[in-house]
Amino acid sequence: MIIEGKQKIWADYQKEIPDDHYFYVRSCIRQSFFPASEVVFLDITRNKLGKDFFENPYHTTCGGIAYHSDAIPQETAMTIIARQFALMHESGYENYVCSCITSFGCYTETLETWREFPELEAKIRQFLWDSCRKELVKPKYLAHASDIIYKFRNEIAAKAMFRLVEAKTGRPLRVVEHIGCHYAKMFPSKGVGGAEYPYVLAGMIEAWGGEVIDYPERRQCCGFGFRQYFVQANRGYSLSNTYKKFESMEPYKPDFIITNCPGCPYFLDRWQYVVAEQTGKTYGENGFGIPVLTYEEVAGLVFGYNPWDLGLQLHQVAVEPLLDKMGIPYDPAMKYKGVNGKELGTPAAPQNIRFK
Amino acid sequence: MGKYFDELEKDYRIKEGLKACMNCGVCTAVCPAAEFYKYNPKNIVNVVARKDDAEIEELLKSDTIWYCGECMSCVTRCPRGNAPGLVVMALRKLSMKTGLYLNSEKGRQQYVLVKDLCTNILEHGYCIYPRNFDYAHHPEFGTVGEWTNNNLDEIHRRLGSNLDGDGPGGLRKIPQESLDQLKKIFDVTGATELMDKIFADAADEAEKRGLSQDEYFEEVYHADNGHHLNQ
Ligand code: SF4
Ligand code: SF4
Repeated sequence: MIIEGKQKIWADYQKEIPDDHYFYVRSCIRQSFFPASEVVFLDITRNKLGKDFFENPYHTTCGGIAYHSDAIPQETAMTIIARQFALMHESGYENYVCSCITSFGCYTETLETWREFPELEAKIRQFLWDSCRKELVKPKYLAHASDIIYKFRNEIAAKAMFRLVEAKTGRPLRVVEHIGCHYAKMFPSKGVGGAEYPYVLAGMIEAWGGEVIDYPERRQCCGFGFRQYFVQANRGYSLSNTYKKFESMEPYKPDFIITNCPGCPYFLDRWQYVVAEQTGKTYGENGFGIPVLTYEEVAGLVFGYNPWDLGLQLHQVAVEPLLDKMGIPYDPAMKYKGVNGKELGTPAAPQNIRFK
Repeated sequence: MGKYFDELEKDYRIKEGLKACMNCGVCTAVCPAAEFYKYNPKNIVNVVARKDDAEIEELLKSDTIWYCGECMSCVTRCPRGNAPGLVVMALRKLSMKTGLYLNSEKGRQQYVLVKDLCTNILEHGYCIYPRNFDYAHHPEFGTVGEWTNNNLDEIHRRLGSNLDGDGPGGLRKIPQESLDQLKKIFDVTGATELMDKIFADAADEAEKRGLSQDEYFEEVYHADNGHHLNQ
């Protein structure tokens, strides 16, 4: 009965996702902390699925992090966004897809606010002309990049080299899905599955053989909080939120966590390290943490990419327990090497959380 | 009605985010900031809805409005369609505009945020630019972060970024033409004015305290009077 209810709610929030021809914009955080994720996303969509994803080198930040740190006015953020839309139109596209969840929230908020207050759209249109001599043309369709992987999850499953199951026993891996708050909390109808039962990541997990964990703090924020992280005096806020989530998910013994926001995997990964170093507590098995992956990294593993090409060496929480479970081969000696095996040294081992 | 409320009412985030509140407290129940800080979004919505300028002025001077993490979890839950997170954003804007933000420790932190984020946007075209994200200010970046800092170019080359390079790709150098346009956007939409104000205020505050600009930055970045937590 409950399952049926959930399925009905999911059915109410199935958004239309066009098949092809997207204008792709990057994420400041993803490029900085998970750079290979965007590389893999474009490789999967362009080369494995044969789709057209275009990047215009003149696009910039959307300004979203500054906007949500109250460092720039709303009009500034909206005009930067209007400029991005103008670039899309100049490039001959009408489907817009962004890598960042903060961006996705800002784009959604902007389009919805303009819809409600056309005089504001007119004002921003004028700002764009005055500053850049560009014409605002709004996208016909707005997607987050995780929507695209969700849409093609079954095609990816059909080509999978590895599945989200324990290779030795066939047990489905237990997966925590963490959706970035700005994906659908403000405008539920804009996210696959809405804000209550977002299905964008759950759909990937199920299609690739895993099992979704439902736990009490499933919808709790990772704790980024913008100013609550960037200013050192406030960081306890960010850490406490992550701690609350891990305490809540711990009894369900997750094998790993999948995320669609670029910030959340950074915080869920690094704060586990801080909790371990400060208190000695670890949440994974045998002194390890729980690996936290981007959805691009998970899709890449399923496809059979080399884990070190996916950038999994940039995680502080070791990913090897997950690779071992899935039966994915890897060369430990190559983990921290540069191009052509160049020696780059290795990170120091933390005190309280196993690193290899 | 009064001058503060009149100002707030012009903000589209108030038009969007403030309807009739029924005091149910659901926003506070779901709010991550309310659990951590002495913070209650329901009370903030109430004060603004009462349109009482004296009360609003107290808010604008307080640490309270700076506790929100802008996660917008409250927006999903409010049965009346309010957006306390957006109301807070409008209050923050007014607090900076009136200079009242200088009365609170958390308000003064806007100097750090405006300086770091706006500099990254105007100089590099990114909110976060990895050469400006250092392990020293972010020890939680971890041992892997320290290693990343020390091998930044090699690691990005290994993982397919185009760090500071021409053409498309991750972390590419944003063309000067785009940076010039961002600067013009800042000029016509009020971001430059806001930056100038925050920087001028910071210079005054530093002088009052007998600190250099850098010392004032570090003080704001670390200061914690111990009165913020909900314990
Ligand atoms: S947006 Fe602010 S007030 Fe709303 S739930 Fe998040 S932290 Fe609380
Ligand atoms: S959830 Fe909405 S109606 Fe309830 S107290 Fe908060 S703002 Fe008011």
